Amino acid sequence: MNQPASAYFIEERHDPNETHTLSVLVQNEPGVLARVIGLFSGRGYNIESLTVSETESQKHLSRITIVTTGTPMVIVQIKHQLDRMIPVYRVVDMTLTKRSIERELAMVKVRGQGEHRVEALRLADAFRARVIDATTESFVFEITGNTDKINQFIDLMRPLGLVEVSRTGVAAIGRGPEGM
Amino acid sequence: MSDKSHDPNQMTGAAMIVRALIDHGVTDIFGYPGGAVLPIYDEIFQQSEVQHILVRHEQGAGHAAEGYARSTGKPGVALVTSGPGATNMVTPLTDALMDSIPLVCISGQVPTHLIGNDAFQECDTVGITRPCTKHNWLVRDVNDLAKVLHEAFYVATSGRPGPVLVDVPKDVQFATGTYHPPRKSDVHRSYAPRVKGDAAQIRKAVALLANAKRPVIYSGGGVINSGPEATKLLRELVEVTGFPITSTLMGLGAYPASGKNWLGMLGMHGTYEANMTMHDCDVMLCVGARFDDRITGRVDAFSPGSKKIHIDIDPSSINKNIRVDVPIIGDCGNVLGDILQVFKAEAKKPDIKAWWQQIAQWRARNSLYYRKSNDVILPQHAIQSLFEATRGKDTYITTEVGQHQMWAAQFFGFEEPHRWMTSGGLGTMGYGLPAAVGVQVAHPDSLVIDIAGDASVQMTMQEMSTAVQYELPIKIFILNNQYMGMVRQWQQLLHGNRLSHSYSEALPDFVKLAEAYGGVGIQVHKPGDLDGAIQEMISVKRPVLFDCRVAALENCFPMIPSGKAHNEMLLPEQANDEATAKAFAGGKALV
Ligand SMILES: Cc1ncc(C[n+]2csc(CCOP(=O)(O)OP(=O)(O)O)c2C)c(N)n1
Ligand SMILES: [Mg+2]
Repeated sequence: MNQPASAYFIEERHDPNETHTLSVLVQNEPGVLARVIGLFSGRGYNIESLTVSETESQKHLSRITIVTTGTPMVIVQIKHQLDRMIPVYRVVDMTLTKRSIERELAMVKVRGQGEHRVEALRLADAFRARVIDATTESFVFEITGNTDKINQFIDLMRPLGLVEVSRTGVAAIGRGPEGM
Repeated sequence: MSDKSHDPNQMTGAAMIVRALIDHGVTDIFGYPGGAVLPIYDEIFQQSEVQHILVRHEQGAGHAAEGYARSTGKPGVALVTSGPGATNMVTPLTDALMDSIPLVCISGQVPTHLIGNDAFQECDTVGITRPCTKHNWLVRDVNDLAKVLHEAFYVATSGRPGPVLVDVPKDVQFATGTYHPPRKSDVHRSYAPRVKGDAAQIRKAVALLANAKRPVIYSGGGVINSGPEATKLLRELVEVTGFPITSTLMGLGAYPASGKNWLGMLGMHGTYEANMTMHDCDVMLCVGARFDDRITGRVDAFSPGSKKIHIDIDPSSINKNIRVDVPIIGDCGNVLGDILQVFKAEAKKPDIKAWWQQIAQWRARNSLYYRKSNDVILPQHAIQSLFEATRGKDTYITTEVGQHQMWAAQFFGFEEPHRWMTSGGLGTMGYGLPAAVGVQVAHPDSLVIDIAGDASVQMTMQEMSTAVQYELPIKIFILNNQYMGMVRQWQQLLHGNRLSHSYSEALPDFVKLAEAYGGVGIQVHKPGDLDGAIQEMISVKRPVLFDCRVAALENCFPMIPSGKAHNEMLLPEQANDEATAKAFAGGKALV
């Protein structure tokens, strides 16, 4: 084994990465989002998507949805590291429950005329995207769906005059009658 | 409207801080004043229940509070001003976080209306200290202050202990509000560390222990943090099972070094028998340790044939570096109690005679061997002499970081917990001297010794002045090899002996320095003078700088070389130039 001149064990292990969606219930207080983000940057974890909003204002609870990638061992670490933060109530791995619904919303601006414009409208219709703004040379579509669907829609809009996209990131919830 | 003027719970924020300290049983704090904490200092001036120790640098306050905490099991408290006062606390906070030391730091902040304006001595203290505290708070309303202070003490001391910081703007210190004594509802409902281990996991653990042929117990700082009960139970478990036991740097003293089952410390500079036992065992019981990289060496070759049981109060410690078979989340003391109960009821002492015979062979390698000399003091010999001279005395040891630290861990035998204060996780040079100040404040009549290096000790030397002011008779025992020895050793072994900036040039005259501070200086060169000089140091009831001139180029062995497993240790008698070069091949070895 070729180990460089160090008394640390430097060789990395290469387990395959997985993508997981985590729902994190937190006390909504100053700095709580900074703590969560700081944990990810400080420990070198990935954030693919992060959404946060207060969900129960009387109890001052916010729900953070994080999509992250890592080896199975790292994913477990992330959950434990989140769980031990003082203002964190619960961490649920929505990917492991296999019973979760994930959605995001995107607003997609497309500029074009003639055939392109007609084609964009036709595709939007097929994807159940709504027109929420229009001028004679542009549309803004609103589309919700899982990440794949939105990626697909954006890819289709690209040759038709895609100008810009604004996405919310993923929100997730479990199926069935129980809460998290 | 009720008349609040006679309500004894109406007080200023500054008064609340002092009151909360008293309510939490705090008798000593370490601090340094400044503009943003003057109201608190004014309150301190007008009372006598809390003694304030004035340090010479805020880092010193932090490490002193750490030493105080580790030697008493109580939280340490530091008080610092805004801006530079707070930034000087970053090192001790990080140190305490890595070593799970309960520390409460109160920092002053500029008035609320100036926050964010780049005011004089403003810094984003909660932002800067967020990653180096277990939790921190900025208090914007005086009526939140009591709750936050009580929660701060609870968070620091419960679960896995750690440092916390409460940032209090100056206007909040001046404002009047309502204080309340500590109560349960002060704590976040989301914070509930798990104390009791899962019963089914405990049964699985006992089944493994009862059937072990080659067991080992590997304990860590968690046992000491858990309190005296955990130490007692650990010793009882060793007795009941007859298993060999080793420990991390942080765990020394939980099991007595004179105990017959003791293998010595494990890890990079651990004993051969401890590391071989870890490598070849079939059942490993890890209690309150975290499989740190200095312990495991190469992870994919770490104890390959064993079933591993891991007791830890922090779920994030489990399966972080090493995958274990039976994780048990809970407080060490609590879980050890349950394990013992089940073991005693259902199992009997396993027959591990053959294993002990194997261990005896490893022990016979005498891995801590060094060649004594009549001309020059060997650092290992100096520690042994110090140990002999203090045997039976009420002694506390702190250290700096480097070779001397490892030699202290190898050659000083600890019989009890809370007697050994060292910076393990962060490896902070400059920890030991202020930590000794803190220990001596907590134990005024005990013998408190900082085993120091010539380079480390210069990082926080100014605290000699604190020791002199408060008549704290700490002993600074410097193993003066005129090098940053540990750096020099790595350069020799791993970087072709190019000693880049590791020579301690222009060292001060430590004897004169001691005298300049108003302490006592002692210097020894000759092995024959060592014992007498140590006796003199012990008998002096004043702070002492002891300049022990030792062999300059001695290396710390045994050592697990780069990328090697526990069973590939380099032992001192093998560490001739050729073997060393081979063991560290991959480095541009010129050694
Ligand atoms: C604050 C800090 N800076 C740098 C280091 C890196 N370091 C580790 S040991 C060491 C040398 C320590 O020298 P000395 O105190 O003389 O101890 P010795 O190894 O010679 O016993 C250094 C620079 C450290 N641990 N802490
Ligand atoms: Mg040195």
